[in-house]
Amino acid sequence: MAGIAVSTTINGDAVEYLCQPDETLLDVLRDRLGLTGAKEGCGTGDCGACSVIVDGRLVCSCLVLGAEAEGRKVETIEGMAHGDQLHPLQQKFLEHAALQCGICTPGFLIAAKDLLEKNPSPTEEEIRFGLAGNLCRCTGYDKIVRAVQDAANVMKGA
Amino acid sequence: MNFDPRYSGRNFSSVGTRPVRPDGVDKVTGRARYGADFNMAGQLVGRILRSPHAHAVIKSIDTSKAEKLAGVKAVITAKDLPDLTDGDAAMYDILDNCMARKKALYDGHAVAAVAAIDARTARQALKLIEVDYEVLPHVTDVDEAAQHHAPLINDQVYTEGLEEKPAKPSNVTKRTQFGHGDVHKGFAEADFIVERSFKTEQTHQGYIEPHACVASVNPDGTAELWVCTQGHFVYRQHCAQLLGLEASKLRVTSSEIGGGFGGKTHVWAEPVALALSRKAGRPVKLVMTRDEVFRASGPTSATSIDVKIGARKDGTITAAEATLRYSCGPYAGSWAEIGAMTAFACYKLENVKTVGYEVLVNRPKTAAYRAPSAPMAAFAVESAVDELAKELGMDAVDFRIKNAAQEGTRSSYGPIYGPIGIGPTLEAVKSHPHMKAPLKANQGRGMACGFWFNFGGQTCTDLNIGMDGTVSLAVGTVDVGGSRASLSLVAAEELGIDYSNVKAIVADTSSLGYNDMTDGSRGTFSSSMATISAARNAIKILKDRAAQMWDIPVEDVTWEKGHAIAKGEKYGNLSPLSLKDIAAKSGTTGGPIAGHSELVADGAGVSFATHICDVEVDPETGSTRVIRYTVVQDAGKAVHPTYVEGQYQGGAAQGIGWALNEEYIYGKDGRLQNAGFLDYRIPVCSDLPMIDTQILEIPNPNHPYGVRGVGETSIVPPLAAIANAVSNAVGVRMTHIPMSPPRILAALEAEREG
Repeated sequence: MAGIAVSTTINGDAVEYLCQPDETLLDVLRDRLGLTGAKEGCGTGDCGACSVIVDGRLVCSCLVLGAEAEGRKVETIEGMAHGDQLHPLQQKFLEHAALQCGICTPGFLIAAKDLLEKNPSPTEEEIRFGLAGNLCRCTGYDKIVRAVQDAANVMKGA
Repeated sequence: MNFDPRYSGRNFSSVGTRPVRPDGVDKVTGRARYGADFNMAGQLVGRILRSPHAHAVIKSIDTSKAEKLAGVKAVITAKDLPDLTDGDAAMYDILDNCMARKKALYDGHAVAAVAAIDARTARQALKLIEVDYEVLPHVTDVDEAAQHHAPLINDQVYTEGLEEKPAKPSNVTKRTQFGHGDVHKGFAEADFIVERSFKTEQTHQGYIEPHACVASVNPDGTAELWVCTQGHFVYRQHCAQLLGLEASKLRVTSSEIGGGFGGKTHVWAEPVALALSRKAGRPVKLVMTRDEVFRASGPTSATSIDVKIGARKDGTITAAEATLRYSCGPYAGSWAEIGAMTAFACYKLENVKTVGYEVLVNRPKTAAYRAPSAPMAAFAVESAVDELAKELGMDAVDFRIKNAAQEGTRSSYGPIYGPIGIGPTLEAVKSHPHMKAPLKANQGRGMACGFWFNFGGQTCTDLNIGMDGTVSLAVGTVDVGGSRASLSLVAAEELGIDYSNVKAIVADTSSLGYNDMTDGSRGTFSSSMATISAARNAIKILKDRAAQMWDIPVEDVTWEKGHAIAKGEKYGNLSPLSLKDIAAKSGTTGGPIAGHSELVADGAGVSFATHICDVEVDPETGSTRVIRYTVVQDAGKAVHPTYVEGQYQGGAAQGIGWALNEEYIYGKDGRLQNAGFLDYRIPVCSDLPMIDTQILEIPNPNHPYGVRGVGETSIVPPLAAIANAVSNAVGVRMTHIPMSPPRILAALEAEREG
């Protein structure tokens, strides 16, 4: 079956691929492009482990078709650090032990990045509701919230 | 090797600090490789066909159309997994659960599988497999299944543990009993008695990573399995036995694991993936969907528990009794037995009796879930204890303190306790500011205690010292929540070097000797013991090499703070040699320097926790919010306190979900109705408050650093703590978990109607 030709931008790089009409953006990222940082926890948009940013909008990549990325700008966890310089959120997640198993971490980092870009000084409640689309089963969210608070403070000071 | 595991007090320099974990950067950059993140050349996609029926005879399976579909490389049924279990009933059950042989026993039971060139072809192929079922009556409720007239799930099951073998088969596989003293005498001495029945619904561990593996069987009989698991050595044994492979030729690599909580201690799809690979002659990746995880991996038991506790006016418990019925899924288990052992473990009791009944139901096989079986028993017992305290007019904490088990107490399940933490956690709770904080209207406070045994077990560890003086630590327990950090700290502590010079990895089954499953909170306890042993063995070699370098007798060399020291004034001119100095010369003093350890980690220290919880209940909707939560737990010794806190918080959060919302909902047709994260709703960030923690350290006498397991106990008290809080908030005793809004409203209505 002929695939759909897609030209898009991923983490700042021009990328071209062929995909089937029923393939999700998550399938394309993971299976065609080798970008396995986004995880499939549910495939139904309920867990947020596959979170990416498309044209400045936080989405579950399992709910976006690969073909829909045509002409757009996609940001994934693989593009979050600048070279060997971790993003403040990545650094604070490490320092606060905001991850145990780590499977939800890429999705949380992307969602938190989106949150802080839109609201650089969120309250605890705003963080909790801002991250409510991402499931974590290990941490009870306590250390995740604290890491985001700490990162927000660092980023404001930067 | 003359390893002395006994505790000895010491001042720690690395243990107790909070460094960044060695696997951290990979996990925040998306580079860490989990079960589904690995690929092999020529890999196929595997998919499993599952029964839509709760109970049905499989009359025939026609796979011919699927086999003819272009791109399909293998189709298998139970015929491709012949019975090699040789009379081993437990292994036969595992085999039957991986692929149904004669009957489908639950909605989601695997009946066939395909391997195809891509996911779309595999999905199409599943639709072409024709299964002829004869649907049978089913039973999914634990109490109904235990009745004599219930549909029989296995007509070969006759209840074990009775004085006489019963005349008829039943769904009750086993009766077990624990306790001591005479409960009849004890109840006769009681001034107050509380007697109640409780139910808890089935919940799932809810790990975010679905089961995933890549299997590759070669024509020469060698095979590889990449898999997310809590025990790759056990998976190797089970898969090898079920597939007829030689264990040493099956190399199993434990991927990063995206949560397990006990659910990844059993093989599910892995033998199927290996059988597909064997038949197709190519590697096969098999990843469960979330729907499959709910329907066909292993949730915890649903339970029905009767409790009776009596006490004298002075607050002394005179007798305690419980009958516990736990669902096992369609295969025999020992879940009620564990519940019966843990039920009254917090208390010093003269007269205690617990009886457990294992009950088969047409639901997925029950698997371990974090302190398996203990939370439900604690819910029933701690609810009744609270009620009894009220009847006595005593404070709930004081009543528990008065009856708490102590060092020397004979536990309700048999052993005599050593130094334990139940009393100290209760005293800490009594003086905690949380207990004195004011409450508003519709709010209630509850507290409860919990116990877990903790496991030890077979453990094998390698510690290799590089020529640059850095250390590679290879362990065989899986890192489920930061244990590579804690084990690196332990190696650094014992060797006397900096944490940054140690890197721990999880070794595969061909690189290290056998390790038991990473369960029972044993990861850091067992592997730290083996790491200390391996480090001590390495230090012996380091001292020997230093002696060679100095040309003095090894007896004159000691090891202090990462350095070999020549003892005595006669060696005053010999400067200490650092580990790095000795490692640099290892090529000329005898070759590589390593320490090895293989041991059975005995003496896991039992663990106790006490939790405090405040809730607010909306009387209009029955909706409950947890507004404040405090965990107090004994860690023995917190190796990496931040990750210990994380275990406390994570267990509490899972318990909150279980207490208030999570449950498997079956329709009358025996099908699971909420097999997804939308309808099986686990707590999200906006549902929870911060979870405060207090770590107590009562050293385990059977570990050199005093370490106890910390992972599981935190899920034991929450069901009861929250039930007590809700009961205090609404003035009605809650007896059915989860306390979802409809159940709370129904309880309020029943109270109003009197």
